[in-house]
Amino acid sequence: MASLDNLSSFDPFAESGDSKTQIANQIHIRCQQRNGRKTITTVQGIPSEYDLKRILKTLKKEFGCNGHINKDEELGDVLQFQGDQRQKVLDFLTTALEIPKTDIKMHGF
Amino acid sequence: MSETLFDPTLKKKKKSTKSKPAFVTEDEPSSGAKSTPASEMDDLSLGDGNEFEFKKKKKKSKSAAASAVDDFEAALEQAGVPNSTAPTNVADDVETVKGLEIEIGYQAPEGAEEVSYDKMLDRFFQILRENNPEMASDRQGVKYKIPPPIVGREGNKKTLFSNIKTISNKMHRPTEHVIHYLFAELGTSGSVDGSQRLVIKGKFQQKAIEGVLRRYIMEYVTCKTCKSVNTRLLKENRLYFLECNSCGSRRSVQSIKAGYQAVTRDARKKAHTTT
Ligand SMILES: [Zn+2]
Repeated sequence: MASLDNLSSFDPFAESGDSKTQIANQIHIRCQQRNGRKTITTVQGIPSEYDLKRILKTLKKEFGCNGHINKDEELGDVLQFQGDQRQKVLDFLTTALEIPKTDIKMHGF
Repeated sequence: MSETLFDPTLKKKKKSTKSKPAFVTEDEPSSGAKSTPASEMDDLSLGDGNEFEFKKKKKKSKSAAASAVDDFEAALEQAGVPNSTAPTNVADDVETVKGLEIEIGYQAPEGAEEVSYDKMLDRFFQILRENNPEMASDRQGVKYKIPPPIVGREGNKKTLFSNIKTISNKMHRPTEHVIHYLFAELGTSGSVDGSQRLVIKGKFQQKAIEGVLRRYIMEYVTCKTCKSVNTRLLKENRLYFLECNSCGSRRSVQSIKAGYQAVTRDARKKAHTTT
């Protein structure tokens, strides 16, 4: 019995399939340099069941910065904030929206 | 004081002359207390609303789970009486089992096996280290070393990454691949100058570049199975695979995607001037 359980719990081929699906709906947080020491934070790939407008509004208030929603043809709606808000966005996504950290990828330096 | 505290009704009807200051001081915190719960309530309700509309399903599932837990607890309480009787039975069983063990003498070899697992593991690693130190080296904390990136400033807006060639050679990766990853992660562009140095647009600290390189190594150089860096990157019909030279494992790696790029004012200006 025990050996059977062990076999079923570990499947060496499951991983690749998992990561494939994860790549598709991963959230990417990026940071881009603008002129001087100014930066832009972009958040790409928030699942569509969340109300982006509402998230944007609360985050703008929380971070004290402006931001908007960019509609990209390929990548869907992308949130954009002024300044480097990556860590704060990550905290918000993990705590308020309860998105697992493995689904979020932080880019940049 | 105890009387004044005890009779709030008196205070409301008429304010007594002598204990007036005391009442004033009492009034203020009470009013404050009254106002703060209200504001807190407002905040709470707002927060609830927000969360609710972010994702509606969450709340329901939570409450359902909570009710399930309650049910479970209730069931536990109901089952409390049989539980109290159960341990005695178990103890009896254990006693009988012990008696069996002593009689048969079955437990002794198994126990010996359990103890020897650690020893066997130690012995395994000892032998492994003696015979092929490469495989066990990372477990010993001998880390993969690459020379630190030499990063300087070129002009006011550009960063010069001078030893990218040596670093990518050390990692056995094509320089273009490393450059591609750097640009995608940093969200910029740049070029390679005459003496194989990389010019990156934007200001970047050495530490930042180092962090990106570390992530590159994690993703495109180390073998996930044995943590070896002795690997090679293969491209097979548009898919990248990482194959390990020391353990032979193979995994697919993501192709580098730049993802979304915000249109900066510079880009807009450039587009405007060129057209
Ligand atoms: Zn390996």
